Amino acid sequence: MNAPTRPNDYSAYPDAKGRFGDFGGQYVPETLMPLVHDLTAAYEAAKADPAFQAELGGYLTHYVGRPSPLYFAERLTAHYGGAKIYLKREELNHTGSHKINNCMGQILLAMRMGKTRIIAETGAGQHGVATATVCARFGLPCVVYMGAVDVERQKPNVFRMNLLGAEVRPVTSGSATLKDAMNEALRDWVTNVHDTYYLIGTAAGMHPYPEMVRDFQAVIGREVREQIVEAEGRLPDAVIACVGGGSNAIGIFHPFLNDEGVKLYGVEAAGEGMDTDRHAAAINGGRPGVLHGNMTYLLQDREGQITEAHSISAGLDYPGIGPEHSWLHDVGRATYLTATDAESLEAFMLLSKLEGILPAIESAHALARVGDVAREVGKGGVVVLNLSGRGDKDVNTVATHLGRQI
Amino acid sequence: MTKSRIDARFAALKAEGRAAFVSYVMAGDPDADTALAILKGLPAAGADLIEVGFPFSDPMAEGPPIQRAAQRALAKGMTLHGTLDLIRAFRGGDQATPIILMGYMNPLVSWGFEAFAKAAADAGVDGMIVVDCPPEEADPLADALEANGMALIFLTTPTTDDKRLPTVIRRASGFVYYVSVAGVTGVKEADAQAVAPNVERIRKASGLPVAVGFGIKTPERASAIAQVADGVVVGSALVDEVAEAVDLNEDVTTRVLSKVESLAKAVRVSRRGLTAV
Repeated sequence: MNAPTRPNDYSAYPDAKGRFGDFGGQYVPETLMPLVHDLTAAYEAAKADPAFQAELGGYLTHYVGRPSPLYFAERLTAHYGGAKIYLKREELNHTGSHKINNCMGQILLAMRMGKTRIIAETGAGQHGVATATVCARFGLPCVVYMGAVDVERQKPNVFRMNLLGAEVRPVTSGSATLKDAMNEALRDWVTNVHDTYYLIGTAAGMHPYPEMVRDFQAVIGREVREQIVEAEGRLPDAVIACVGGGSNAIGIFHPFLNDEGVKLYGVEAAGEGMDTDRHAAAINGGRPGVLHGNMTYLLQDREGQITEAHSISAGLDYPGIGPEHSWLHDVGRATYLTATDAESLEAFMLLSKLEGILPAIESAHALARVGDVAREVGKGGVVVLNLSGRGDKDVNTVATHLGRQI
Repeated sequence: MTKSRIDARFAALKAEGRAAFVSYVMAGDPDADTALAILKGLPAAGADLIEVGFPFSDPMAEGPPIQRAAQRALAKGMTLHGTLDLIRAFRGGDQATPIILMGYMNPLVSWGFEAFAKAAADAGVDGMIVVDCPPEEADPLADALEANGMALIFLTTPTTDDKRLPTVIRRASGFVYYVSVAGVTGVKEADAQAVAPNVERIRKASGLPVAVGFGIKTPERASAIAQVADGVVVGSALVDEVAEAVDLNEDVTTRVLSKVESLAKAVRVSRRGLTAV
């Protein structure tokens, strides 16, 4: 790879070939190439269409419940004794996470393209629930692929999807987790090219998904800009978010990329520790390669076989990361930290007790590092954390790790 | 570089007036030694060209048979390096049969295109099919292969329309692979009637032989496709034989080669239509 150069304008990316520097692209089988070209054209047209944006805005306000609050976490701030910590309350959205922002955008696009069947992949089930939700709302049939291992450990979400009318197909191939669910969704798409829309849940995969999902999630960062200026009269010193595929992180980062004074921190899942092979930190523990249609940092062995990710959080349990994050890492615009399962559990309990908010175990990874960032920024500074989801879905996992029966 | 083995083989078969039978085998399935025995037996069993799959953990365009074959091979420790070792061993006894490697991008990216291309050419590989490398992303790999005298064989599909076809065949060499169904390998069945006009269209546009694959499982189907195409590729039906032989504790090599014989015979007796290149 060439030495990366830092761009003058981050908003100009990806380029026409769907690249963020060396990362991104469209590595898909030929059968899908005409479809991803159609999707790119349809998305570019929708993006530029005020009527589409107005329709999306209406649903985000009245159905999703946007804008989500930006909340000053007073007791958490006092606990760490550093910069003021604000929480962007994405967990208050309909369905309990940021995932719905993207699903709403993509379902409107799918209908605009005349597609009549929706497929999706899901890990923890949050994206599957959000997809099933918008499919129910607009009356479209929905098939969700989910690794058989995840189906077993996320039973309540499987039932939620069923209640919403979606068919959940357990995937037993490969390691039977999120990456295999994505393989299976791609196989479905290759087989049903004419009527089917693949609603990808994170800012990864082939172009235009990383750009499109980022754009639909960037509403988070745009709101934060307005809300923090109203609250503090200035932009924050730092923004922090957890990163699996990285859609909540890129959503809050993107509107700040050109503000070099705002430091950006992503937190990857370190699982049982970065000194073990049981983690999900693609940037901190992987190297660039091609999977699921894009060039990006991946967990892989020396022969280029993808290795299994491990995290207490099913939502971060993916061996890759969105290509824009890989690029932001290489050019040094964002810093990627890690948090272990144990640190995240501790942060989960801390926020619950100090602020009365149960965070998603995914978001708890960002919470596990926010103290370090707040202290580094120091008193008088301002840090915004993306609280991307709520933790009700995780109470069984947390109880198990605490050795409690519920 | 002298005339490539791929070009020479298709030219010879054209002179014979018949289509090529292209046989797929997954490297390392069910283990390295058995895969080598199958490989060595293929030319005598009637394979005119051989596709050797190199296993990948996440084969997104494969149906269950080849997914499972890749998993069996990976479980036995097969790698891209190991695949080239197999080819080298095969070349020790056969200098004529073209060998095409088929697989996915990441093992190639991991190795590095230039270094891999050198090693592959040295082992006796003639061409590559890389399923998740569409023409838009192909230049770096195509450059490396070309520099080492190997062909990059592109896939065309039912969704490759006339507008897109020139993009796909821009750097095509050796032959063009026509994927006869929209779908993964080994699930839907290919229909010779629907395939014929597409083969003609691609042959005319590219000036290259067109081999048809995905969804050809029986001698009858192979024979029908052989009448309209320059090559007939069978993959999933053969790896299924491996799986069944393993399950039934039969001799894998015997079982696979006997299936190859029946398919190759069907292709050989099927006179190709008069639509010469």
